[in-house]
Amino acid sequence: MIEVENLSLTIHSTPVLQGVSFQIAPGQIVGLAGESGSGKSMTALAMMGLLPPGARATGAIRLVDRELLDLTERQLCAIRGRQIGMIFQEPMTALNPMQTIGAQVAETLVIHDAATRSEALEKARARLDRVGLPADRFPLTRYPHELSGGQRQRVCIAMAIALRPRLLIADEPTTALDVTTQARILDLLAGLVREEGMALMLITHDLAVLSGLAERVAVMQGGRIVEQGPTSAILRRPGHPYTRALIAAATHHPAPGTRAPGAALLEVREARRAYRPAGRGAFTRPAPVRAVDGVSFDLRRGECLGLVGESGSGKSTLARAILGLDPLQGGAIRLDGQRVAAGQPMPHDLRRRMQAVFQDPYGSFNPRHRVGRLIAEPFHLAGRPPDADDRVAEALRAVGLDPDDRNRFIHEFSGGQRQRIAIARALITRPDLIVLDEPVSALDVRVRAQILDLLADLRGRFGLSYLFIGHDLQVVRAIADRVMVMHAGRIVEQGAAEQVLHAPRHPYTRELLAAVPELPAPIA
Amino acid sequence: MLRYALSRLLSLGLSLLVASVVVFAVIEVIPGDPAAFMLGLNATPEAVAALRDDLGLTGSAGLRYLDWAGGMLRGDFGVSYTYRVPVAELLADRLWVSLPLAVYALALSTAIALPAGMWAAARRGGAADIGVMGATQLGIAVPNFWFAMLLVLLFAVNLRWFPAGGFPGWDGGVMAGLKALTLPAIALALPQAAILARVMRSALIETLGQDYIRSARAKGLTRAQAIRRHGVRNALIPVLTILGLQFSFLLAGAIIIENVFYLPGLGRLIFQAITQRDLIVVESVVMLLVFAVICVTFAVDIAYAAVDPRLRRR
Repeated sequence: MIEVENLSLTIHSTPVLQGVSFQIAPGQIVGLAGESGSGKSMTALAMMGLLPPGARATGAIRLVDRELLDLTERQLCAIRGRQIGMIFQEPMTALNPMQTIGAQVAETLVIHDAATRSEALEKARARLDRVGLPADRFPLTRYPHELSGGQRQRVCIAMAIALRPRLLIADEPTTALDVTTQARILDLLAGLVREEGMALMLITHDLAVLSGLAERVAVMQGGRIVEQGPTSAILRRPGHPYTRALIAAATHHPAPGTRAPGAALLEVREARRAYRPAGRGAFTRPAPVRAVDGVSFDLRRGECLGLVGESGSGKSTLARAILGLDPLQGGAIRLDGQRVAAGQPMPHDLRRRMQAVFQDPYGSFNPRHRVGRLIAEPFHLAGRPPDADDRVAEALRAVGLDPDDRNRFIHEFSGGQRQRIAIARALITRPDLIVLDEPVSALDVRVRAQILDLLADLRGRFGLSYLFIGHDLQVVRAIADRVMVMHAGRIVEQGAAEQVLHAPRHPYTRELLAAVPELPAPIA
Repeated sequence: MLRYALSRLLSLGLSLLVASVVVFAVIEVIPGDPAAFMLGLNATPEAVAALRDDLGLTGSAGLRYLDWAGGMLRGDFGVSYTYRVPVAELLADRLWVSLPLAVYALALSTAIALPAGMWAAARRGGAADIGVMGATQLGIAVPNFWFAMLLVLLFAVNLRWFPAGGFPGWDGGVMAGLKALTLPAIALALPQAAILARVMRSALIETLGQDYIRSARAKGLTRAQAIRRHGVRNALIPVLTILGLQFSFLLAGAIIIENVFYLPGLGRLIFQAITQRDLIVVESVVMLLVFAVICVTFAVDIAYAAVDPRLRRR
């Protein structure tokens, strides 16, 4: 039904795609896999006719019997939304914050003259019901900011399928979501394909997402399709070395630490924190949300403790309290016996011994400072030591970068390198504990594997302890000795990583594990 | 929304209270005797004493403040020392010139700036963008009184379409009044429009890079539709902020333009009152302007919430 043939693309005469060919039949799910920069999204944008300025596409993209590359902008507008719908990665920003969800779904119908305004709103209601947003909880008058990420992605899907297009392109639709939400959204997409006879092109960096969902997979690297075929064949018997590397990286486990954990380093006792959500009415006060509700645990010296939970489970609130950034309302946190308390000046020595690495390294660096200055930033805590320059060089070497990189700016580095720089900055004060808050969630699988190896290596070399926070059990399992599962502000289960993951006791842990997409076992 | 409006209203009231105390205190802390200061060096002690009485300078500060503030609430601003008429009348006359002039100028500037800014943003990097940006550079760089003189030369002296200055009053008909205000309004509007167009352009360009514009395009909206239906409203918050600041400025800051066109507005009144040391008038005009600015800020706050649903919950 849609046929891409020998598609090549240049942007300002830089080649982006080279000879991309594939087909999608009605009712079929085809996966397009690859790392960032491999050309997956550009292929999708070419099919939508939404290429950036300066792009030149050659080859053919045939929808039924029309050649899309030959169409005028006006003709393309009639096809987008009606014949081909598309959803994107970031549901949080994909909706207009100033318009109600009803208006945004109805717009698809109105813009294609498929319905009058009132009919369009009626159909929008039906589509929102179909994607799992029932009228009683999600009236058409809701605004995007009143919805969670998964709910917003459902609105985007309703928008894209409002006119029952022949093809839905989903570009990393679940990458920004939790595993459980991801599983539900993937279920929804598969159900829509079954019921509506629509074809689905699912773009993802995560091959496991495709297994059991897509009939066919095409693997992209550097603007080419290096391998394509039936999903189970590709995942079980990958032919191309790049596919093999991707699969190996997805299941990669760093070598376990050899040191036995020592005495308790971080002690959290009955930690509590609640906040009041913003109210809707003029005089009513909503009930407080217990973000962290009586959490107690010990983290021993030299240990890597995993903390797993969905967004909203309270894990980031807990991390901020441990770092002394937000005060607790009850309970106590001690690092090596010294009390951590936000709201009062924290002793520099205590601050020095506890560092953090966050998910988005770019946002946490001042883009106008050179890397050397960025890494040396924590020195203001305890005064700049005389050998500061040597220590910056040492930290850069420790994370696998060149000491001369200190003279460059942060935008000159890739995502993985930026995360290495963030780790170097955390190492510079020679801390005891590093709080890693989703440190690899934004990275490609191969880079993720490298960073996990690096973290495991540094832990052994410098005797570090980690609190590793993540929503992805696969990743946490790869690095943590012990795992805690957090749900609605409470630790519902904790224990040795293998035990929690293979013999979960709490139903919530089981639900989390069931939601994790898994690669099939390879056939040798 | 109601809660938001009430909280804004409360802060409006508090701001007014604080402002009135400050204005009153400034007159209080001026070194020496205001009455003697107003009358100059050659005044007789009797005249000074009489003026002190007129000014209400006898009695305790707290009582005098209450008297003054209470008078203002009733619309009694005292009697001007130089003009010998109630200040309220004086203000009303002047306000009937300054307020229409400010609204007129603001309407013109908005009518020019918003389309120009949107046009430039939609054709970013193109000839239209470069043209609009060049024009706004000029608009910001050239002082408005010079514009005013050019306008007088062209439209009043050569073409004789508009009067060169003066104000006939609204009794002679709305058209005659508007005609007299047209050239000053244009002179005031052009530099403001230049600033506003730049703000509109940069806000819209930022908005056009957002993900929801891409979502809108994927639904089948043309670029122009996406800009109109999803871009403009999201770009309005910074534009509203600047509009509010500009209106406050236009109300009081038109002194030079009012002088160029011989318009009996608030700017000229306060200028004259200061040179004639008429502190009663100065105090009242300042209070009136503070009141106007606070009201405009309130209006802008309400407009924010009307535009952005996320603000209604605060």
